[in-house]
Amino acid sequence: MDLNNLYSQIITENSRAAHNRRPVPGATLSLEGNNPSCGDDIVLQVKIENGIIEDLGFVGTGCAISQASASLMIDLIKGKTVEEAKSLVDLYLRMIKGEADEKEYIDRLEDCSALAGVSKVPARVKCAVLAWHTLEDALNNQNV
Amino acid sequence: MLSQYYKKDFKILSKLENDMRLVYLDNAATTQKPDVVLAAVKRYYTADNANPHRGVYELAMRATDVHENARSVIAAFLNAERAEEIIFTRNATEALNLVAYSYGLANLKTDDEIAVAISEHHSNLVPWQRVAEATGAKIVYLYPNEQGEYTEEELTSKIGKSTKILAMAHVSNVLGIENPVKFATRLVHQNGGIAVIDCAQSVAHMKVDVRDIDADFVAFSGHKIYAPMGIGVLYGKYDLLDAMPPFLSGGDMISHVHESGTTYAKPPRKFEAGTCNLGDEAGLVEAIRYVERIDIDKIREHETELCKKALEGLNSLGGIDIYPSVSSKSRSLISFNIRGVHPHDAATIMDSYGVCVRAGHHCAEPLMERLGIGSCLRASFAIYNDMEDVDIFIRSVEQTRKVMGIGS
Repeated sequence: MDLNNLYSQIITENSRAAHNRRPVPGATLSLEGNNPSCGDDIVLQVKIENGIIEDLGFVGTGCAISQASASLMIDLIKGKTVEEAKSLVDLYLRMIKGEADEKEYIDRLEDCSALAGVSKVPARVKCAVLAWHTLEDALNNQNV
Repeated sequence: MLSQYYKKDFKILSKLENDMRLVYLDNAATTQKPDVVLAAVKRYYTADNANPHRGVYELAMRATDVHENARSVIAAFLNAERAEEIIFTRNATEALNLVAYSYGLANLKTDDEIAVAISEHHSNLVPWQRVAEATGAKIVYLYPNEQGEYTEEELTSKIGKSTKILAMAHVSNVLGIENPVKFATRLVHQNGGIAVIDCAQSVAHMKVDVRDIDADFVAFSGHKIYAPMGIGVLYGKYDLLDAMPPFLSGGDMISHVHESGTTYAKPPRKFEAGTCNLGDEAGLVEAIRYVERIDIDKIREHETELCKKALEGLNSLGGIDIYPSVSSKSRSLISFNIRGVHPHDAATIMDSYGVCVRAGHHCAEPLMERLGIGSCLRASFAIYNDMEDVDIFIRSVEQTRKVMGIGS
């Protein structure tokens, strides 16, 4: 069953997520994201130097999907430029909506493509995009 | 079991969801609607539809009769003294807002107290917070004990001379056990205040007798008692309603309107501005008749039995936290968590077995904080649920633990 596969990948990912669950020393951006209907709440911290995202971390609580997607995002985004990060966020959001090309997202989103199955569980899309929307907001507002 | 006779009355329950039997256990959020209710709505629009209270032609008189007859049926159902004490609203939320903004704003002043049970649904809590802010009144929260019960000691220590309003649900939508509303109402009356009782979670599961409770205001939603969405009821003692200012204003709630000002109609029309929802009133009447034909005490007995079986099943699985964990009182719903599994993940996996349960904070965040959890699962029962539903529910919880890699 698809859902079992999706969850087994999520569980594996969450067991490896500890290294991303932490505040970021010298963070240049910090933004809270929440899903009011779930009570899920994360704070994402980002350190950007010379246009490069040097470090990211998150703290907070939520369901397995929201936590796994936050951790996977951090592994993918770390070391990328702000522009690359924005492009990857856009691709990920399209993948979760079921609108992205499979070859493209497997290629560019690496391990994050494990979450593509969420597009078949519409009620949980908001969990899978929480961290990504939070990062998007943080990057878009960094000069404000 | 009762349910074998009644399941067939609900078309939605005979349909397969993703090739599986639909095990609908989110009845505290909304119930399914029996065919007779849907037929009553259709009958109104195909035979009696016109704007009540306005036309002199026969069809309009018939529509007016539907409207006023619905009021009488609901008055009798709640054992109200007179039909004029029944006001139609969209739902319990609107009814509670009506009391807060009409009675609350007119009667509260600085340092008055509003006693609010911490387990209230946001709809019997947020309006009071807003009215407190506007008037300078203070909110005093009432807390349940470990068994989810509001003790006489707690109520006596919090309700006093400054208490002008008590806001308490007959049954909490999370804890699922009956609150001591009669005792609390008597106490607030002794202190010169009034009691606002939210019966949204009790009206479909046990007898609600407004005169026995001696409540000043009672609210419920039609859609939680097998009626359509969009129709709700406020009961209010006539003298209180008569003395209150209007809530919404416009058509049908006036006596006369002049350039210099307006005089208002008497209750209930003073509080029913604009055209009412007669089709759904007709549906609500049919839903009440449906419940009365089965007998509310039998419904309660049936649901209590299902709940007991479900509790036994959950307890035998182990690794389940139930809120409240222990209670001597009967429940019509069970709030719980599977240890180590976020409720949203659990509800998604249970859904894949055809089981519909609610996951989240249930519009009762202050209670969630009190319980020390962010959210939980809730299984709630109705007349059409049966032991097979309970068995499938328990198996789906077991499967959830497996999928999430918990237990053996």
